[in-house]
Amino acid sequence: MMPPLGELVVAALLLGSGIVVLLAATGLWRLRDFFSRMHAPALASTLAAWIVTLASIVHFSTRSGGLSLHVWLIIIVLSITAPITTIVLARAALFRRRQAGDELPAPLGDGC
Amino acid sequence: MSLVLSVAITVTLVLYALAMVIGLLRIVRGPSAQDRVLALDFLYIVGMLVMLVLAIRYDSEMYLDAALVMVLFGFVSSTAFAKFLLRGEVIE
Amino acid sequence: MKRWLPSPWLSLGIFFGWLLLNNSLSPGQMLLGLAVAIVIPLLMAPLRPTPGPLRHWRKLTILILRVGRDVLRSAFDVACGVARTGTRPPRGAFVVVPLELRDTHALAALAMITTVVPGTVWSELAPDRSALMLHVFDLDDEAAFIAHFKNDYERPLKEIFE
Repeated sequence: MMPPLGELVVAALLLGSGIVVLLAATGLWRLRDFFSRMHAPALASTLAAWIVTLASIVHFSTRSGGLSLHVWLIIIVLSITAPITTIVLARAALFRRRQAGDELPAPLGDGC
Repeated sequence: MSLVLSVAITVTLVLYALAMVIGLLRIVRGPSAQDRVLALDFLYIVGMLVMLVLAIRYDSEMYLDAALVMVLFGFVSSTAFAKFLLRGEVIE
Repeated sequence: MKRWLPSPWLSLGIFFGWLLLNNSLSPGQMLLGLAVAIVIPLLMAPLRPTPGPLRHWRKLTILILRVGRDVLRSAFDVACGVARTGTRPPRGAFVVVPLELRDTHALAALAMITTVVPGTVWSELAPDRSALMLHVFDLDDEAAFIAHFKNDYERPLKEIFE
Protein backbone atom coordinates (compact mmCIF):
# COMPACT_ATOMS: atom_id res chain seq x y z
CA MET A 1 0.00 0.00 0.00
CA MET A 2 1.46 3.39 -1.02
CA PRO A 3 1.28 6.20 1.53
CA PRO A 4 -0.05 9.51 0.20
CA LEU A 5 2.38 11.71 -1.72
CA GLY A 6 2.33 14.47 0.93
CA GLU A 7 3.67 12.12 3.58
CA LEU A 8 6.49 10.95 1.33
CA VAL A 9 7.51 14.57 0.69
CA VAL A 10 7.42 15.34 4.43
CA ALA A 11 9.47 12.23 5.21
CA ALA A 12 12.14 13.09 2.61
CA LEU A 13 12.37 16.71 3.80
CA LEU A 14 12.74 15.65 7.45
CA LEU A 15 15.51 13.18 6.63
CA GLY A 16 17.30 15.89 4.64
CA SER A 17 17.12 18.29 7.57
CA GLY A 18 18.50 15.62 9.90
CA ILE A 19 21.51 15.16 7.63
CA VAL A 20 22.08 18.92 7.42
CA VAL A 21 21.95 19.28 11.22
CA LEU A 22 24.39 16.40 11.64
CA LEU A 23 26.75 18.05 9.11
CA ALA A 24 26.52 21.31 11.07
CA ALA A 25 27.40 19.42 14.26
CA THR A 26 30.40 17.70 12.65
CA GLY A 27 31.51 21.12 11.41
CA LEU A 28 31.24 22.43 14.95
CA TRP A 29 33.41 19.54 16.09
CA ARG A 30 36.00 19.17 13.32
CA LEU A 31 36.81 22.67 12.07
CA ARG A 32 40.08 23.99 13.41
CA ASP A 33 39.55 27.68 14.07
CA PHE A 34 36.83 29.37 16.14
CA PHE A 35 35.84 31.74 13.34
CA SER A 36 35.49 28.81 10.93
CA ARG A 37 33.34 27.04 13.48
CA MET A 38 31.01 30.05 13.65
CA HIS A 39 29.76 29.22 10.15
CA ALA A 40 28.57 25.70 11.03
CA PRO A 41 25.59 26.51 13.31
CA ALA A 42 24.33 28.98 10.69
CA LEU A 43 23.67 25.87 8.59
CA ALA A 44 21.20 24.63 11.21
CA SER A 45 19.50 27.98 11.71
CA THR A 46 19.02 28.65 8.00
CA LEU A 47 18.96 25.57 5.76
CA ALA A 48 17.71 22.97 8.26
CA ALA A 49 15.12 25.33 9.76
CA TRP A 50 13.83 26.22 6.28
CA ILE A 51 13.53 22.57 5.28
CA VAL A 52 11.66 21.62 8.47
CA THR A 53 9.38 24.63 8.03
CA LEU A 54 8.59 23.54 4.51
CA ALA A 55 7.85 20.02 5.75
CA SER A 56 5.64 21.38 8.50
CA ILE A 57 3.69 23.62 6.10
CA VAL A 58 3.16 20.68 3.72
CA HIS A 59 2.06 18.42 6.58
CA PHE A 60 -0.41 20.79 8.26
CA SER A 61 -1.76 22.02 4.92
CA THR A 62 -2.53 18.51 3.69
CA ARG A 63 -4.02 17.62 7.09
CA SER A 64 -6.33 20.59 7.49
CA GLY A 65 -7.06 21.18 3.82
CA GLY A 66 -6.31 24.91 4.00
CA LEU A 67 -2.94 26.65 3.84
CA SER A 68 -1.35 26.72 7.29
CA LEU A 69 1.35 29.36 7.59
CA HIS A 70 1.74 29.33 11.36
CA VAL A 71 5.31 28.01 11.18
CA TRP A 72 6.34 30.90 8.97
CA LEU A 73 6.42 33.12 12.05
CA ILE A 74 9.20 30.98 13.57
CA ILE A 75 11.38 31.48 10.49
CA ILE A 76 10.81 35.24 10.60
CA VAL A 77 11.68 35.43 14.32
CA LEU A 78 14.68 33.14 13.83
CA SER A 79 16.10 35.16 10.95
CA ILE A 80 15.74 38.37 12.97
CA THR A 81 17.30 37.04 16.16
CA ALA A 82 20.04 34.67 14.93
CA PRO A 83 22.17 37.41 13.26
CA ILE A 84 22.17 39.49 16.46
CA THR A 85 23.54 36.60 18.51
CA THR A 86 26.14 35.81 15.85
CA ILE A 87 27.34 39.41 15.55
CA VAL A 88 27.65 39.94 19.30
CA LEU A 89 29.46 36.62 19.63
CA ALA A 90 31.85 37.46 16.77
CA ARG A 91 32.66 40.81 18.39
CA ALA A 92 33.19 39.12 21.76
CA ALA A 93 35.51 36.55 20.19
CA LEU A 94 37.54 39.25 18.39
CA PHE A 95 37.82 41.28 21.60
CA ARG A 96 38.86 38.32 23.73
CA ARG A 97 41.39 36.95 21.27
CA ARG A 98 42.98 40.35 20.72
CA GLN A 99 43.31 40.68 24.50
CA ALA A 100 44.90 37.24 24.60
CA GLY A 101 47.38 38.44 21.99
CA ASP A 102 46.43 36.09 19.13
CA GLU A 103 47.36 36.92 15.57
CA LEU A 104 44.32 38.70 14.11
CA PRO A 105 43.82 41.58 11.70
CA ALA A 106 44.28 44.97 13.35
CA PRO A 107 41.12 46.81 14.45
CA LEU A 108 39.58 49.11 11.87
CA GLY A 109 40.10 52.57 13.30
CA ASP A 110 40.21 52.24 17.06
CA GLY A 111 37.48 49.59 17.08
CA CYS A 112 34.02 50.03 18.55
CA MET B 1 0.21 8.30 9.92
CA SER B 2 1.92 5.88 7.55
CA LEU B 3 4.85 3.69 8.44
CA VAL B 4 7.18 5.61 6.11
CA LEU B 5 6.56 8.90 7.89
CA SER B 6 6.88 7.51 11.41
CA VAL B 7 10.14 5.76 10.55
CA ALA B 8 11.46 8.95 8.93
CA ILE B 9 10.52 10.96 12.02
CA THR B 10 12.28 8.51 14.33
CA VAL B 11 15.43 8.52 12.19
CA THR B 12 15.39 12.34 12.05
CA LEU B 13 15.07 12.58 15.83
CA VAL B 14 18.01 10.18 16.23
CA LEU B 15 20.12 12.32 13.86
CA TYR B 16 19.18 15.44 15.88
CA ALA B 17 20.09 13.63 19.10
CA LEU B 18 23.51 12.72 17.66
CA ALA B 19 24.05 16.35 16.66
CA MET B 20 23.12 17.44 20.19
CA VAL B 21 25.60 14.98 21.68
CA ILE B 22 28.34 16.42 19.46
CA GLY B 23 27.32 19.91 20.56
CA LEU B 24 27.52 18.81 24.20
CA LEU B 25 31.01 17.40 23.58
CA ARG B 26 32.02 20.79 22.19
CA ILE B 27 30.65 22.47 25.33
CA VAL B 28 32.66 20.11 27.52
CA ARG B 29 35.83 20.45 25.47
CA GLY B 30 35.79 24.21 24.90
CA PRO B 31 38.58 25.27 24.47
CA SER B 32 37.49 28.88 24.89
CA ALA B 33 34.37 30.40 26.44
CA GLN B 34 33.08 31.64 23.08
CA ASP B 35 33.17 28.07 21.74
CA ARG B 36 30.91 27.01 24.57
CA VAL B 37 28.44 29.83 23.95
CA LEU B 38 28.37 28.96 20.24
CA ALA B 39 27.66 25.29 21.01
CA LEU B 40 24.93 26.27 23.49
CA ASP B 41 23.27 28.42 20.81
CA PHE B 42 23.47 25.46 18.42
CA LEU B 43 21.82 23.21 21.03
CA TYR B 44 18.96 25.68 21.38
CA ILE B 45 18.39 25.71 17.61
CA VAL B 46 18.41 21.91 17.41
CA GLY B 47 15.99 21.79 20.34
CA MET B 48 13.71 24.14 18.42
CA LEU B 49 13.91 21.82 15.39
CA VAL B 50 13.02 18.85 17.64
CA MET B 51 9.90 20.76 18.72
CA LEU B 52 8.94 21.33 15.08
CA VAL B 53 9.39 17.63 14.27
CA LEU B 54 7.34 16.66 17.32
CA ALA B 55 4.58 18.98 16.09
CA ILE B 56 4.44 16.86 12.93
CA ARG B 57 4.73 13.60 14.92
CA TYR B 58 1.84 14.36 17.28
CA ASP B 59 -0.08 16.41 14.73
CA SER B 60 -0.53 19.28 17.16
CA GLU B 61 0.11 22.97 16.52
CA MET B 62 0.72 23.57 20.23
CA TYR B 63 4.33 22.47 19.71
CA LEU B 64 4.86 25.35 17.28
CA ASP B 65 4.29 27.86 20.09
CA ALA B 66 6.75 25.90 22.22
CA ALA B 67 9.28 26.17 19.37
CA LEU B 68 8.71 29.93 19.19
CA VAL B 69 9.32 30.27 22.93
CA MET B 70 12.47 28.18 22.52
CA VAL B 71 13.81 30.49 19.79
CA LEU B 72 13.24 33.51 22.01
CA PHE B 73 14.85 31.94 25.09
CA GLY B 74 17.83 30.81 23.04
CA PHE B 75 18.24 34.29 21.61
CA VAL B 76 18.09 36.03 24.99
CA SER B 77 20.44 33.60 26.75
CA SER B 78 23.05 33.42 23.98
CA THR B 79 23.08 37.19 23.52
CA ALA B 80 23.40 37.73 27.27
CA PHE B 81 26.32 35.28 27.40
CA ALA B 82 28.02 36.89 24.42
CA LYS B 83 27.50 40.35 25.90
CA PHE B 84 29.01 39.11 29.14
CA LEU B 85 32.08 37.85 27.26
CA LEU B 86 32.39 41.19 25.50
CA ARG B 87 32.60 43.40 28.57
CA GLY B 88 32.27 41.28 31.68
CA GLU B 89 28.84 42.76 32.41
CA VAL B 90 25.44 42.02 30.94
CA ILE B 91 23.95 45.47 31.49
CA GLU B 92 26.31 48.42 31.60
CA MET C 1 -3.03 59.96 10.44
CA LYS C 2 0.58 60.80 11.33
CA ARG C 3 -0.33 61.08 14.99
CA TRP C 4 -2.12 57.76 15.33
CA LEU C 5 0.02 55.74 12.93
CA PRO C 6 3.61 56.95 13.37
CA SER C 7 5.07 54.06 11.37
CA PRO C 8 2.54 52.40 9.07
CA TRP C 9 4.87 49.60 7.92
CA LEU C 10 5.54 48.55 11.49
CA SER C 11 1.78 48.50 12.12
CA LEU C 12 1.21 46.38 9.05
CA GLY C 13 3.95 43.96 10.11
CA ILE C 14 2.52 43.64 13.63
CA PHE C 15 -0.99 43.09 12.25
CA PHE C 16 0.07 40.24 10.00
CA GLY C 17 2.40 38.86 12.68
CA TRP C 18 -0.55 38.73 15.07
CA LEU C 19 -2.70 36.88 12.56
CA LEU C 20 0.15 34.42 11.88
CA LEU C 21 0.70 33.87 15.61
CA ASN C 22 -2.96 32.97 16.10
CA ASN C 23 -3.19 31.21 12.75
CA SER C 24 -6.71 32.50 12.12
CA LEU C 25 -8.60 35.04 10.04
CA SER C 26 -11.63 35.34 12.31
CA PRO C 27 -13.11 38.83 12.82
CA GLY C 28 -12.34 38.79 16.54
CA GLN C 29 -8.62 38.17 15.99
CA MET C 30 -8.55 40.80 13.24
CA LEU C 31 -10.03 43.36 15.65
CA LEU C 32 -7.49 42.44 18.35
CA GLY C 33 -4.68 42.56 15.79
CA LEU C 34 -5.82 46.00 14.69
CA ALA C 35 -5.78 47.23 18.29
CA VAL C 36 -2.28 45.80 18.87
CA ALA C 37 -1.06 47.25 15.57
CA ILE C 38 -2.16 50.73 16.66
CA VAL C 39 -1.05 50.62 20.30
CA ILE C 40 2.43 49.03 19.93
CA PRO C 41 3.87 51.60 17.45
CA LEU C 42 2.56 54.42 19.67
CA LEU C 43 4.38 52.89 22.64
CA MET C 44 7.50 52.32 20.53
CA ALA C 45 7.57 55.76 18.92
CA PRO C 46 9.89 57.30 21.54
CA LEU C 47 12.36 54.43 21.04
CA ARG C 48 12.77 54.82 17.30
CA PRO C 49 15.54 57.27 16.44
CA THR C 50 14.46 58.05 12.87
CA PRO C 51 11.82 56.50 10.66
CA GLY C 52 13.71 55.23 7.63
CA PRO C 53 12.61 55.90 4.07
CA LEU C 54 11.74 52.83 2.06
CA ARG C 55 11.52 53.07 -1.71
CA HIS C 56 11.74 50.78 -4.71
CA TRP C 57 9.55 47.87 -3.68
CA ARG C 58 10.54 45.93 -6.77
CA LYS C 59 14.24 46.21 -5.97
CA LEU C 60 13.58 45.18 -2.37
CA THR C 61 11.75 42.05 -3.53
CA ILE C 62 14.57 41.19 -5.93
CA LEU C 63 17.12 41.68 -3.14
CA ILE C 64 15.18 39.42 -0.76
CA LEU C 65 14.89 36.69 -3.41
CA ARG C 66 18.58 36.99 -4.24
CA VAL C 67 19.53 36.72 -0.56
CA GLY C 68 17.35 33.61 -0.29
CA ARG C 69 19.12 32.06 -3.27
CA ASP C 70 22.56 33.01 -1.91
CA VAL C 71 21.68 31.52 1.48
CA LEU C 72 20.83 28.18 -0.15
CA ARG C 73 23.94 28.21 -2.35
CA SER C 74 26.26 29.25 0.46
CA ALA C 75 24.70 26.65 2.79
CA PHE C 76 25.50 23.92 0.25
CA ASP C 77 29.07 25.26 -0.07
CA VAL C 78 29.55 25.26 3.70
CA ALA C 79 28.07 21.75 3.97
CA CYS C 80 30.46 20.46 1.29
CA GLY C 81 33.36 22.29 2.94
CA VAL C 82 32.55 20.65 6.28
CA ALA C 83 32.22 17.21 4.69
CA ARG C 84 35.62 17.61 2.98
CA THR C 85 37.43 19.19 5.90
CA GLY C 86 39.59 16.10 6.46
CA THR C 87 41.14 16.12 2.99
CA ARG C 88 40.97 19.82 2.10
CA PRO C 89 40.40 22.20 5.02
CA PRO C 90 38.47 25.38 4.09
CA ARG C 91 40.52 28.52 3.67
CA GLY C 92 38.83 30.77 6.20
CA ALA C 93 40.02 34.37 6.07
CA PHE C 94 39.16 37.89 7.15
CA VAL C 95 38.26 40.27 4.34
CA VAL C 96 38.14 44.05 4.67
CA VAL C 97 35.54 45.59 2.37
CA PRO C 98 35.50 49.36 1.77
CA LEU C 99 31.96 50.66 2.30
CA GLU C 100 30.01 53.47 0.71
CA LEU C 101 26.80 52.95 2.70
CA ARG C 102 26.22 55.40 5.55
CA ASP C 103 22.52 55.05 6.39
CA THR C 104 21.97 53.17 9.68
CA HIS C 105 18.96 51.23 8.40
CA ALA C 106 20.86 50.09 5.33
CA LEU C 107 23.82 49.03 7.47
CA ALA C 108 21.49 47.08 9.76
CA ALA C 109 20.01 45.32 6.73
CA LEU C 110 23.52 44.61 5.44
CA ALA C 111 24.53 43.14 8.81
CA MET C 112 21.50 40.87 8.73
CA ILE C 113 22.18 39.74 5.17
CA THR C 114 25.85 38.94 5.76
CA THR C 115 25.10 37.01 8.93
CA VAL C 116 22.13 35.06 7.61
CA VAL C 117 24.25 33.81 4.69
CA PRO C 118 26.14 30.88 6.26
CA GLY C 119 29.43 31.51 4.46
CA THR C 120 30.06 34.98 5.90
CA VAL C 121 30.06 36.47 9.41
CA TRP C 122 30.03 40.20 10.06
CA SER C 123 32.87 40.85 12.47
CA GLU C 124 33.72 44.52 12.65
CA LEU C 125 32.67 47.92 11.37
CA ALA C 126 35.05 50.87 11.37
CA PRO C 127 33.88 53.66 13.71
CA ASP C 128 33.56 56.08 10.77
CA ARG C 129 31.69 53.40 8.77
CA SER C 130 34.21 53.50 5.93
CA ALA C 131 35.17 49.82 6.04
CA LEU C 132 33.81 46.52 7.17
CA MET C 133 35.57 43.33 8.23
CA LEU C 134 33.98 39.99 7.38
CA HIS C 135 35.06 36.46 8.06
CA VAL C 136 34.57 34.25 5.00
CA PHE C 137 34.34 30.47 5.35
CA ASP C 138 36.16 29.46 2.18
CA LEU C 139 37.84 32.34 0.37
CA ASP C 140 38.80 31.67 -3.22
CA ASP C 141 39.52 35.06 -4.73
CA GLU C 142 39.41 38.12 -2.52
CA ALA C 143 38.85 40.66 -5.31
CA ALA C 144 36.01 38.61 -6.81
CA PHE C 145 34.36 38.26 -3.40
CA ILE C 146 34.52 42.01 -2.76
CA ALA C 147 33.11 42.74 -6.23
CA HIS C 148 30.27 40.27 -5.67
CA PHE C 149 29.54 41.77 -2.25
CA LYS C 150 29.46 45.36 -3.48
CA ASN C 151 27.45 44.56 -6.59
CA ASP C 152 24.87 42.20 -5.14
CA TYR C 153 24.20 43.64 -1.70
CA GLU C 154 25.64 47.11 -1.21
CA ARG C 155 24.44 48.77 -4.41
CA PRO C 156 20.78 47.64 -4.11
CA LEU C 157 20.70 48.68 -0.45
CA LYS C 158 22.11 52.08 -1.36
CA GLU C 159 19.40 52.51 -3.96
CA ILE C 160 16.65 51.37 -1.58
CA PHE C 161 17.59 53.35 1.51
CA GLU C 162 19.43 56.47 0.32
